[in-house]
Amino acid sequence: MKDVHGLNNGTLEPGLMACPKCDLLHNDPGTVENCTISCSRCGAVLAAPRKGAFTRVLVLAMTAMILMVAAICFPFLELNVAGLNNRTSILDAILAFSSGLLLPLSFTVAALVVLIPSLRFAAIAYTLWPLVFNFRPFRHAQSVFRLAEVLRPWSMAEIFIVGVAVALVKVAGLATISMGPAFWAFCALVIVTALQDNFMCRRTIWKSLEHSAK
Amino acid sequence: MQADNLEIAGAQRKMTSATPSTTAREAGLVACNRCGLMYRPGADSCGRCGSALHSRAPKSLQRATAWLMAGLIAYVPANIYPMLQTSTLFERQQSTILGGVVDLVHHGAYVVALIVFVASVVIPVGKFLAIGYLVLAVGQHRALDPHQRHLMLEVVEFIGRWSMIDVFVVAILSALVQLDSVATINPGIAAASFALSVVFTMLAAQSLDPRLIWDEIGDRK
Repeated sequence: MKDVHGLNNGTLEPGLMACPKCDLLHNDPGTVENCTISCSRCGAVLAAPRKGAFTRVLVLAMTAMILMVAAICFPFLELNVAGLNNRTSILDAILAFSSGLLLPLSFTVAALVVLIPSLRFAAIAYTLWPLVFNFRPFRHAQSVFRLAEVLRPWSMAEIFIVGVAVALVKVAGLATISMGPAFWAFCALVIVTALQDNFMCRRTIWKSLEHSAK
Repeated sequence: MQADNLEIAGAQRKMTSATPSTTAREAGLVACNRCGLMYRPGADSCGRCGSALHSRAPKSLQRATAWLMAGLIAYVPANIYPMLQTSTLFERQQSTILGGVVDLVHHGAYVVALIVFVASVVIPVGKFLAIGYLVLAVGQHRALDPHQRHLMLEVVEFIGRWSMIDVFVVAILSALVQLDSVATINPGIAAASFALSVVFTMLAAQSLDPRLIWDEIGDRK
């Protein structure tokens, strides 16, 4: 049997696709654009190709990286009460757990809020750059994009910003709080991430990676 | 019989399927769960994206149960030990999750108390119950049909991450309220076990293969 991919990965069955959630078989619609294809049984979105989506997602991922740098470097929040004040950056929030037994929690928060989101943006940009500018995908692009997909539920920037809002509500009655540039950068980052995930059609990216590698 | 198995919104394309209401497993095929390529049995990894190929995630129920147990165990110290230590000029106070809710009720902040109670108690306990039910119900005919059970799993997977909010609130409060001797807030050990509990529960939900929920329909035929 001939192997399409030059790897010993078994035999392909083209023309069909299955819902990853409920395993129902569908006919592969082939190359379509500007539509949302969802499973007729469980409603899971199977593909949502959009015209020009690669360029948009690439630009959004790079924007997000720049915003992340701003969010880390600039002051985040400032607390003022009765002449006393305390400035906090995102790094301070991460280091809040750095004493004693809670140290591992510092690493976890750093990973969830800064490292994993940044790694995901970088991985998505690395995958899409060659696809947008029409040359062969970079080395290990498949593994890199798979990593971006695995990390998706663990990227918790949006949850962090809601946590900040809750903390502000708790303190608001007792002290005056002013938001620094990093706060707004982080809010923008959350919106950019949401847009990026909205435009991204995984199925199309996998197909394009395969086609441009040939 | 020709069935329209695909719903395409936004495009005027009608899809016809040669195999109505058949799953990949029933057709003797294995689908790559990450990139969607279809394989005949015998393939062990996807040639396009490199993911391991399984018709159903191996040991899905065992892994989900194990992570669920770990999540439950981590949730116990999260409730016993203090989440926050507040020190002011006059007093030093340690509050647990439930203690904080009771304090808020005493201060008359019923809405905030309700939000904290729902986020830190109702949702985690609800997730444990939901995952436990889904694991036990796999392959059995129960009151909830696969549609409802799948929705339940989707909700648990969606909400699961948001429980981490509590840990972030503690981090921000501890970083922000550091006014020397006047008022300081420091995190308690419960923050770590609560974070662990959230992570374990997320892994439990991820381990549970939703395709197992739908297999009941095929088995009944």
